[in-house]
Amino acid sequence: MTDIPLHFRSIGEVSTMLAEGKTSSAELTELCLARIQVHANLGAFLAVDAEGARVQAKAADERRKAGKSLGALDGIPIAHKDMLCTQGIPTTAGSRILEGYVPPYDATVVKRWKDSGTVLLGKLNQDEFGMGSSTENSAYGVTRNPWDVKRTPGGSSGGTSAAIAAGLCFGATGTDTGGSIRQPAALTGTVGFKPTYGRVSRFGCIAYASSLDQVGPVARTVQDAGLLLQALAGFDPKDSTSIDRAVPDYSAALKRDVRGMKVGIPREFMEMPGLDPEVAAAVEGAVKALEKLGASVVKVSLPHTRFAGASYYVIAPAEASSNLARYDGLRFGPRREPPKASLRDVYELTRGELFGAEVKRRILLGTYVLSAGYYDAYYGRAQKVRTLIARDFEDAFKSVDVIACPTTPTAAFKLGEKTQDPVQMYLSDVFTLSCNLAGLPGLSVPCGFTTSKLPIGLQLLGRPFGEEALLQAAHAYEQSTDWHHQHPELP
Amino acid sequence: MTGYETVIGLEVHVQLQTRTKIFCGCSTQFGALPNENTCPVCQGHPGVLPVLNRMVAEYAVRLGVALECSIRGENVFARKQYFYPDLPKGYQISQFDTPICEHGTLTVSVEDETKRGKGGELASYEKTVGITRIHMEEDAGKNIHVQGQQYSLVDYNRAGVPLLEVVSEPDLRSSAEAVAYLKQLRSVVMALGICDGNMQEGSFRCDANVSVRKVGAEKLGTRVELKNINSFRFVQQGIEHEARRQIELLESGGTVVQETRGYDGEKGESKSQRGKEEAHDYRYFPDPDLLPLMVDEAWIARVKSSVPELPRARAERFVSALGLSPYDARVLNEDQDVARYFEDAVKSHTNNAKSVANWVINEVMRETKEHGVMGFVVTPQALGTMVGMIDGGRISGKIAKELFALMISEKRADPEALVKERGWEVVRDDAALEKAVDEVLAKHASEVEKLRAGKTQVMGFLVGQTIKALGGKVDPKLVNQMIQKKVEK
Repeated sequence: MTDIPLHFRSIGEVSTMLAEGKTSSAELTELCLARIQVHANLGAFLAVDAEGARVQAKAADERRKAGKSLGALDGIPIAHKDMLCTQGIPTTAGSRILEGYVPPYDATVVKRWKDSGTVLLGKLNQDEFGMGSSTENSAYGVTRNPWDVKRTPGGSSGGTSAAIAAGLCFGATGTDTGGSIRQPAALTGTVGFKPTYGRVSRFGCIAYASSLDQVGPVARTVQDAGLLLQALAGFDPKDSTSIDRAVPDYSAALKRDVRGMKVGIPREFMEMPGLDPEVAAAVEGAVKALEKLGASVVKVSLPHTRFAGASYYVIAPAEASSNLARYDGLRFGPRREPPKASLRDVYELTRGELFGAEVKRRILLGTYVLSAGYYDAYYGRAQKVRTLIARDFEDAFKSVDVIACPTTPTAAFKLGEKTQDPVQMYLSDVFTLSCNLAGLPGLSVPCGFTTSKLPIGLQLLGRPFGEEALLQAAHAYEQSTDWHHQHPELP
Repeated sequence: MTGYETVIGLEVHVQLQTRTKIFCGCSTQFGALPNENTCPVCQGHPGVLPVLNRMVAEYAVRLGVALECSIRGENVFARKQYFYPDLPKGYQISQFDTPICEHGTLTVSVEDETKRGKGGELASYEKTVGITRIHMEEDAGKNIHVQGQQYSLVDYNRAGVPLLEVVSEPDLRSSAEAVAYLKQLRSVVMALGICDGNMQEGSFRCDANVSVRKVGAEKLGTRVELKNINSFRFVQQGIEHEARRQIELLESGGTVVQETRGYDGEKGESKSQRGKEEAHDYRYFPDPDLLPLMVDEAWIARVKSSVPELPRARAERFVSALGLSPYDARVLNEDQDVARYFEDAVKSHTNNAKSVANWVINEVMRETKEHGVMGFVVTPQALGTMVGMIDGGRISGKIAKELFALMISEKRADPEALVKERGWEVVRDDAALEKAVDEVLAKHASEVEKLRAGKTQVMGFLVGQTIKALGGKVDPKLVNQMIQKKVEK
């Protein structure tokens, strides 16, 4: 362990070092700030608040010295996806239409991590408004995969996954509407955790598709993901869809083994055309490892999940078309207003020029499916499919505790490879969409590498509020492997 | 013009007097500086979420109960989508196919202009108007067009202020019925304490759907939505103008097109604002940021047991228990503050409600037209006491008018003290009265002769002279009796 450089250590490890006085928050913060600069070519960060971070680090060190440490996260340098509003720090959601926007308030999750003593380094790149699977839809440049800079770190939370994999920060938030935490985690060899819908507050999280969006952590170990989620989770009176339910002690779940746990393998997922054999083999290997650790493996069926893509690409754009109506340049953000422009011109020019192509595509799609006369055929039907998918999972979870499957059909693809074909891009989320539609928790944990040394992710899905079972299974599996000790070779 | 019938349905926006907005904690206070009462939520900043102010639902249930509606158990909020600068989110959170209240009624008394009652007041008839639906929604901000400038300003203070939209059935058949319905609805929402009824500030505003058809025809004519009729006068004039316009159009061989027209009350004309083909597709869908609001039986029962006496019931009680005319009872109940004022005044002087009613209708309502009766310097107790003094013969009616004016100008609601200070109390001392009468009779001997000869017309003159001699502070009845006694001797 001693040969692992400080920047690749887990929060669990550096937190112990902090407690033992072997490092300081200031040291960790300077280390991260330096690495963010050195690895600027990755395009992971959109904004860095070095000054603010140093002030917070100093305060954390002083608290610790005074014996008033706030806990495991106190003094840990973290970063937020640019989808989350940070008071005083520019927040763009990866869009030109929010260029220069500085929120007047903190998202609840931002506040919660602040209250835990974390040091906020800055904001992470993403596909515009969370719409994409490669971070190529960011208006501020692509993010590169630290394992191979010609490849994508996934998306939409690609800045997040790249920063964690490259050791630019110790923990970070992502947002997951159709896989945007889990898919980037899988493609970068990190742990990505999308909680149950309603487990984490969405207040201050810029909305893409409100009924699907959920904030969650990305980290280098399962234990870290649990620690980070612990500080995010809980009821928020400012979010009517957050659920008032006690948050369990996630670290306790890590201590439990998987003996007797029932792991379901969805037939439909393993037989999916387009599933890379290397990925399939790695996932099968992970399932065998879980079996070896004492879990029993059961085949399950999720017959309606094959309609997940169709359902998702109606519901998500519909909600997006509405959520993005507020971006008109009138109250915040840049405005396109040539002389003699009419009100209509201002709307058309501002939105026409400042939204990216994928965002406009989804706004058009969403506007269409909500139009009078089409609502029932599209939105209404998509909601029915959604209910059927949720029921499939309900049935499956009658006989299993967790479901295991690939996170993505392939490992990281090349930048530019799928940008011309939106449908190919959409297919990279084929395994992750159902989880959002059903509102379930889902986690991606590294389960191996391709022959060309690209990470592969195992996805675990759980019952509503079954986060503990996911942590338990993922941790037990992770501890039986050394995938999490492997890091990209970076200068 | 004859041979046609006007069919009217009204959509009323009732601004609720909750302390805070419907989905955030901002104040709803009218008259703040532009954008003073705003926050990231009601300005529609990125990432914000709405949280329902439950008082809005409470008020909706209250109105639903009062209008005898069926109340929905599961209420979905929907987004109504259109672009306009006063709409911060690009959608209004409203209700679409699950309004909280449906199928209610409101019974109103309509004054019949063709008939008059015994007292000369207008006769009236009863009309029961169907309430189609009541739903909850948020108000938009206000665009301010700056004269002579290329730009407009937007004030979001009103954005997110809670509204109930009350939609009536097309049951109304004249502008008089429309106005009667509006007055009654306004007095109900005010009595329920859910709206201040202030039409000038836009707390109670209305759009009218107007169509005409041949008398006896079953099919409704094409309707026109009339906007900007935000006073009772404009409602009446606007509807009459619109009905006339439609009839003239039909009579001259034209057809009415479905459209939205704005009424200009100053000019007495209307202009088309939007045709049917320009009508918005609002793309309603359930707001995923809000859970359905559940209203259970216990909630409805609690509201039912706490609804105050409604204007109509109160007016009926004024007639049956206090002996007022239906007309007076109705006038007093148009504003529940006035009705309460009247009742409080009657409590201070219970045996002459009719006289108190006259004072309230003729004097108090005139004086308080602008600022309302709440906080009026002449308190109900003061008015009641004053009417008591009149009835007890302690002051004359003429003095009472002066006393009333004095209470206002001196800002003192103490009739007893003022009467004492001014020495206005009627002369009750028989000796003083007798002396005055004797003097008058002595001075006007020829009139006394005429009176004795049966010319009773001079009685008034002699009484007048006596009152004058006593400076008005005497009960004419007493003077009359005294003179009669003296002359008969």
